[in-house]
Amino acid sequence: MTTPSFESLSVGDEIPSLTTEPVSRLTLALYATGSGDHHPLHLDQDYVRSKGIKDVFAHGMLGMAYLGRQLTQWVPQEAIRSFGVRFTAITQVGERLVCTGKVVEKLERDGEKCVRLELTCANEHGEAKHKADAVVALAG
Amino acid sequence: MLIDKKHIGMKVPPHSVTLTAWQLKWFAKATGETNPIYFDEAAAHRAGLPGVMAPPTFFFCMDMDKERPFDYLETMGCDLGKMLHGEQSFVYHKPVYSGDTLEFDGEITDIYDKKNGALQFVVKDVKVRRQGELVCDVHSVMVIRE
Repeated sequence: MTTPSFESLSVGDEIPSLTTEPVSRLTLALYATGSGDHHPLHLDQDYVRSKGIKDVFAHGMLGMAYLGRQLTQWVPQEAIRSFGVRFTAITQVGERLVCTGKVVEKLERDGEKCVRLELTCANEHGEAKHKADAVVALAG
Repeated sequence: MLIDKKHIGMKVPPHSVTLTAWQLKWFAKATGETNPIYFDEAAAHRAGLPGVMAPPTFFFCMDMDKERPFDYLETMGCDLGKMLHGEQSFVYHKPVYSGDTLEFDGEITDIYDKKNGALQFVVKDVKVRRQGELVCDVHSVMVIRE
């Protein structure tokens, strides 16, 4: 991994994308173990049907974790100053997620050179699941 | 039923979590992580880190790592089966590693509704500290659907 410099980046530049394997029921079970989030909405078909929902669906934070991986594949984690996401749609079992991002602003904050990124986690048809924003500090 | 706004300012019962390499290993497996600093203690040490590094979103998991992770919503009388995660954000001050013990100190900072109460929003802000030092601010918005 070569960390990009502040000077080398321009507004509009895209950062490398990340495409996941299709989200399976196993993925959700593993994420429940790894995250400690065992909410039955993500695991228990009988429970979700009793709530009038057709099927279990992915934890929102799974998609945010994929966006986090996209960021930490691009820069060391220590460079990330802030990271936020809005969950706009539910991810269904079987969907493959595509994380993309671009530089939308170059700024100086607390004496550090930073870039603000807009990130999107969408399915393969381009339906956005999460819209995210991150500020990353970079050397000159 | 609209959530009573008197809960704005309510302190969430504090808790502390000791981060383990075991937990981070499973999180890495679940998220398809390939960088060994996130799951292999020896690799993390070779990279000069004191332990396996917690990835950027793991602060949320640790915040939820308690007997009743949504105790504050239960106190407000919310049906957890009607809950959705609306927004999540983090401000990072220091990275954290396996072996660290972190204290979570949260407060309900807003409650509002949209669509005549069909969607209600509960905002929680948590300060995460390691031996008194602030390492992360965690901001969560949970949505309750009628």
